[in-house]
Amino acid sequence: MTVFEVVDGIAAAMPAANIDTDVIMPKVFLKGIDRSGLAAGLFHDLRFDDQGRPRPDFVLNRPDHAGARFLLVGPNFGCGSSREHAVWGLRQFGIRALIGTSFAGIFADNAANNGLLLVSLAPDRLMPLMAAAEAGPLSLEIDLTDQHIRYPGGDLHFEVDERLRHSLMSGLDRIGETLTHAERIRAFERDYLGERPWLAER
Amino acid sequence: MAGRRTLYDKIIDRHKVMSINHVRGPGESLLLYVDRTVLNEYTSPQAFSGLRGAGRGVWRPETALGVIDHVNSTAPVRDNRSADRGAARQMAYFIENGREFGIEIYDVLHPLQGIEHVVLPDIGWVTPGLVIAAGDSHTTTYGAFGSVGFGIGTSDIEHLLATQCLVYHRLKTMRAGVDGLLAPGVTAKDLIMALIRRIGASGASGHALEFTGEAISAMGVEERMTICNMAVECGARVALVEPDAKVRTYMAGRPRSIAPHHLDRAAALWADLRSDADARFDAEVRLDAATVAPMVTWGTSPDQAATIDGHVPDPGSLRGAEASAARQAIDYMGLVPGMALADIRVDRAFIGSCTNARLSDLRDAARVLKGRKVADGVRAIVSPGSSTVRREAEAEGLDRIFIAAGFEWRQSGCSMCLAMNDDVLAPGERCASSTNRNFEGRQGSGGRTHLMSPAMVAAAAVRGRLADVRDFGAVR
Ligand code: SF4
Repeated sequence: MTVFEVVDGIAAAMPAANIDTDVIMPKVFLKGIDRSGLAAGLFHDLRFDDQGRPRPDFVLNRPDHAGARFLLVGPNFGCGSSREHAVWGLRQFGIRALIGTSFAGIFADNAANNGLLLVSLAPDRLMPLMAAAEAGPLSLEIDLTDQHIRYPGGDLHFEVDERLRHSLMSGLDRIGETLTHAERIRAFERDYLGERPWLAER
Repeated sequence: MAGRRTLYDKIIDRHKVMSINHVRGPGESLLLYVDRTVLNEYTSPQAFSGLRGAGRGVWRPETALGVIDHVNSTAPVRDNRSADRGAARQMAYFIENGREFGIEIYDVLHPLQGIEHVVLPDIGWVTPGLVIAAGDSHTTTYGAFGSVGFGIGTSDIEHLLATQCLVYHRLKTMRAGVDGLLAPGVTAKDLIMALIRRIGASGASGHALEFTGEAISAMGVEERMTICNMAVECGARVALVEPDAKVRTYMAGRPRSIAPHHLDRAAALWADLRSDADARFDAEVRLDAATVAPMVTWGTSPDQAATIDGHVPDPGSLRGAEASAARQAIDYMGLVPGMALADIRVDRAFIGSCTNARLSDLRDAARVLKGRKVADGVRAIVSPGSSTVRREAEAEGLDRIFIAAGFEWRQSGCSMCLAMNDDVLAPGERCASSTNRNFEGRQGSGGRTHLMSPAMVAAAAVRGRLADVRDFGAVR
């Protein structure tokens, strides 16, 4: 997993509310058995028309937004289906962080498992950033070491869960970490299933 | 603290292996023990590849069950192969993973195959007080049994298979109190759609949502499943209903149900599965069931809904972001602001999905269809939620009612709920649908979905446009 410390780049504005994971990664890209090839599917029906031609007005197709690393998004981003393909697609497209006001729960967990940083800001703090990005390509820098977003004309502190910050910065193996507690899990299991023998049967 | 806990917190407390960040209450990180999971062919493959890559096994394979449901055809003759190469590869890899890791798989030919969230209750595998996490957002369905169910992504499926646990963040709690009783012709689907409209698509975000009140107690377990299933569309990560005697009756005699000699001991544990009288919730919402009317969506988010006697809104009368969302949705849906919902013509009708394809749902729809015909120009299909439901429906003759009315009687699967198989809307086609999501392109690129109850789908199919089921005189 790529480690996140200080990342800079262009931020693209996608202010609509309730952008769901069906829109982020349409179903035709869900037929794989590995994680690859999903950059092509990202926002597919927004990026391309029904002939497969790029829609020139879609923000990520604009030449001055090429290589965007951040998305500024509307409320409840990532709602709907649990498909982690949405997060894989964002990462494979080169997106490192999303800045918004709220994110759907499963999407947020998937982001955390894939090194995609989600920054939640109060609506009045997001507004100036969103306005600046909508006015033209906005360059910004996210510094996870001191939790700041810096951009021409502003500097914002943001909060992030400490464990999450640590794992984004170090790229931890979460399963490996849980398995260090294997003995405690087994002890729990003996007690719990002892009380519920029917759950120990098939 | 004893004596002041919600049902949600009681279940989480009993499944806590250890606290991770030692916060108390919402925001606590903990290692959570998971009782059961169900896997499907499209969100699980990368989890198995991950296990292989790391040389890890599955902690307790007997606590997982795999079901092929998302990509399979619902054609009358069942086949484990698929003409679609992607689907064929996913099904084959799924079966191979089950064999290699010792997980039982219900493939397309299995007599108990169906939509995962219909299958687990069908076989009696969902009992009160469990934690069930699965790679699908509608895992909330199991709240109808007083179990904590929630959706996870593929990385967490891998984590769960390898460790039987998840790193979990305790949710806030919310209570939806539903006073009074639903009027005739108004269903559980209408109630949850009314709640979603009221609190919005993220109204319960970050919360475990417990449903209480007279209307909920009066409901059957399948209706509660509809409510808990669709609670995810207002952002709830977990939905719950206190388990009662109806739940015990529902579970009895099913193939994987708890053995009778354990029942007394189990019931003693279940007796405590209720929120304490003085438990505090972080948020509350109240609804009067008697005022709920049959609902339909007009937009592309489940909260863009109205009662069937209503109209497509005029975005000019709405505020800010809501207005622009409405404008975009009305444009996508090919509607006109101010038009009566009952004037909207449909091309397709679909009864299916984990929200509304259980036996009681099929009975509701059949009651409307009996002695009637699907309107000219409407293509209508019904895909029972599971092969078990399909057999039970056939045993009481429901298939003959659907077929006589002009519906196609299909096999089971997710089918047109997300259209990963060949049940797809063509661009611009409009569908009355008993499913849960009306997102842009959900039932096919450019397709237009109106969500409603199965009885309302039947009514729309007969009339050829959205219709009020109460005009059909066949309501319960
Ligand atoms: S029926 Fe629809 S909502 Fe339910 S599991 Fe299948 S695709 Fe998901």
